[in-house]
Amino acid sequence: MTGMTYHVFKRMRTPLLALLAAYSIAILGMTLIPGVDDQGNPWRMSFFHAFYYVSFMATTIGFGEIPYAFSEAQRVWGIFCIYLTVIAWFYAIGAIINLVQDSGFRGAFIRDNFARSVRAIREPFYIICGYGDTGKELVRALCAREIRAVVVDSNQHQMHDLALTNHSLEVPGVCADVRVPKTLIDAGIQHHWCQGLVAMTDIDAVNLKVAITSKLLNPDMPVICRGEAPEYEENMASFGTDHIIDPFTTFSNRLALALDKPGLHLLNDWLSGVPGAPMEDPVYPPKGTWVVCGFGPFGKAMHASLTRRGIPVVTVEFDPDKTSSPPGTIQGIGADHATLRAAGIENAVGLVAGTQDDANNLSIVMTAVEMNPQLFVVIRQNRSMNTPLFSAVTANLVMQSSRILAREVRLLLTLPLLREFLILAQKRDNDWANGVSSRILGMMRTNVHPSSWSVSVDEERAPAIVDSIKRGNPVAIVDLMRSPANRDEFMPCMPLLLKRASGQTLLTPETELHLNPGDQVLFCGERGVRHRMGWSFANINALGYILTGDDSPDGWVFQKYHAWRAKRAMRQERV
Amino acid sequence: MNREKVVFGFFIVSALTLNFGFCLGDIDNPDHHHLYELFVVIVVNLVATILKLGDRTQMGAVLLATSLVADLQLICAAIVWGVATHVAQAELAGSVMASIVSLASGALVANVISVTILVIETVIIRR
Repeated sequence: MTGMTYHVFKRMRTPLLALLAAYSIAILGMTLIPGVDDQGNPWRMSFFHAFYYVSFMATTIGFGEIPYAFSEAQRVWGIFCIYLTVIAWFYAIGAIINLVQDSGFRGAFIRDNFARSVRAIREPFYIICGYGDTGKELVRALCAREIRAVVVDSNQHQMHDLALTNHSLEVPGVCADVRVPKTLIDAGIQHHWCQGLVAMTDIDAVNLKVAITSKLLNPDMPVICRGEAPEYEENMASFGTDHIIDPFTTFSNRLALALDKPGLHLLNDWLSGVPGAPMEDPVYPPKGTWVVCGFGPFGKAMHASLTRRGIPVVTVEFDPDKTSSPPGTIQGIGADHATLRAAGIENAVGLVAGTQDDANNLSIVMTAVEMNPQLFVVIRQNRSMNTPLFSAVTANLVMQSSRILAREVRLLLTLPLLREFLILAQKRDNDWANGVSSRILGMMRTNVHPSSWSVSVDEERAPAIVDSIKRGNPVAIVDLMRSPANRDEFMPCMPLLLKRASGQTLLTPETELHLNPGDQVLFCGERGVRHRMGWSFANINALGYILTGDDSPDGWVFQKYHAWRAKRAMRQERV
Repeated sequence: MNREKVVFGFFIVSALTLNFGFCLGDIDNPDHHHLYELFVVIVVNLVATILKLGDRTQMGAVLLATSLVADLQLICAAIVWGVATHVAQAELAGSVMASIVSLASGALVANVISVTILVIETVIIRR
């Protein structure tokens, strides 16, 4: 029995005793009071009749005086019993209602339910701490891939939001403090099927505590953490947090990529974006003097990544001493003409509005664009509710932590192979990236982000392919791309990466390459191709058609018929 | 002295003593077994069961289990009595009385176990 049941029983002891006492007194009295039967003989109620009478009397059902009309003495006792038992019932029902309305009890009830539904999960799942903008997008992405998620957040509003959102899978969620280890245990941190934990709360200290808790309670489980301040990131890394994602560094590295290799940046954007969303135009950040307003964690990351490329940067900071800004920093917020003029905005090519305050950032951009309309503008958005304002202002890039985090974690959880591809692609040059991009563009029928998926050639996920290879019928990558309806047609997709069982990786592999058991292939293509491709993985007949063009029948009778027809056709040919 | 322990012990022990008193006598002789005694045994047993509800200890769980067994046996005995006298509309026969008493004797064994556990617990936790 769980703690909850004990709690209920403990609280119900007195009401139950009261009921029992009232019933016993009433029944005993009923059997002792003398009555008269229909012939006028003295008569006493038996326990059977007394129990029957008290049962319907106490619940106010009231069938009347049975089996014989009562004597006056019995009626007097009846009056007493009515009040006694009805009051006992009121007391008992009141106690139950009180218990149910008790906020502590309800909290315990909800937590208990949550823990139970997590324990009942029998498939891989992830724990998401923090159901903010990042958490929401992650849960949506996981549900789209049919991966279960469990959500914990300390904000009741976010939990209401979860309850109202219609996810395709059941997402257990609870409003609790994630810093308390019990919360994480309830969320399934030691569960056999738990695949990993994602700590995406706003506060670094909370993420740190979550990471420590999970590394202590389940050392082998991967932990993905959001970290913004370098001292916290170092601390998280020190005890083996598997992935620490810093939205500011990630963004500044991506901007640096756009500066160096715009084609590669575009490819990166297309593949890691949400499938089905319209494609963006490529961005070409100019090389020249940049003005960075705000020298917080974001300003620092941008400053570092721009100066590393030899780009002159002028920093503007309200409190240069406290933030240890570089020498030559202009003092001020940067929202007024004088400060921006001092920073040389008229001759600058780029602007980063990166303070912690959305109103300041918007004001900086509006003032600066008025002074120099040619500026390349990067603006930091802190709160997602301000999105309409940020889409109204003319910015080339909007840096929003939650979107960057969601994108990175989504790739980590759902498509580790795509992440690997993107890392490998960084080493290639711009021309290679342009070549791949134009192939993708040529393949897609509409201008939306391609969908990416990986194919694992193993017993579990592709038994038909493994079987075919073992029998000596090789399967090439190109065979997977054939349409299961017509093998001469190719579905709109292309292989991006082939990872051999040995760990060897091939970028954009030749489609004629043969597959071996244990290989993994990353494809990108139109949405829906993934499902059609999946037909031939487990269905030996579908695979047979794709490989040879033979549409072999399913059942035993038709297999025999088929073989007989083939034999007859051969005989006729000979004749 | 712990008042809760006194009440608890009182009910458990009186469940046993009353049960014993009811079972005492010839097994098939209705004159040796009083109806009201059975009623009191059932009530006291139910009180003992309710008092054991919500005890988190291992001992508490076993006590609750034995108590539930006793309740079940006694209520069966009462049902047999009621059916024999009311539904079958006959005088209480010796054979029916024997089965009522044997059911109550089963409850007696459960009550003996209850009291034994209570005594063991008291001896172990000497304060």
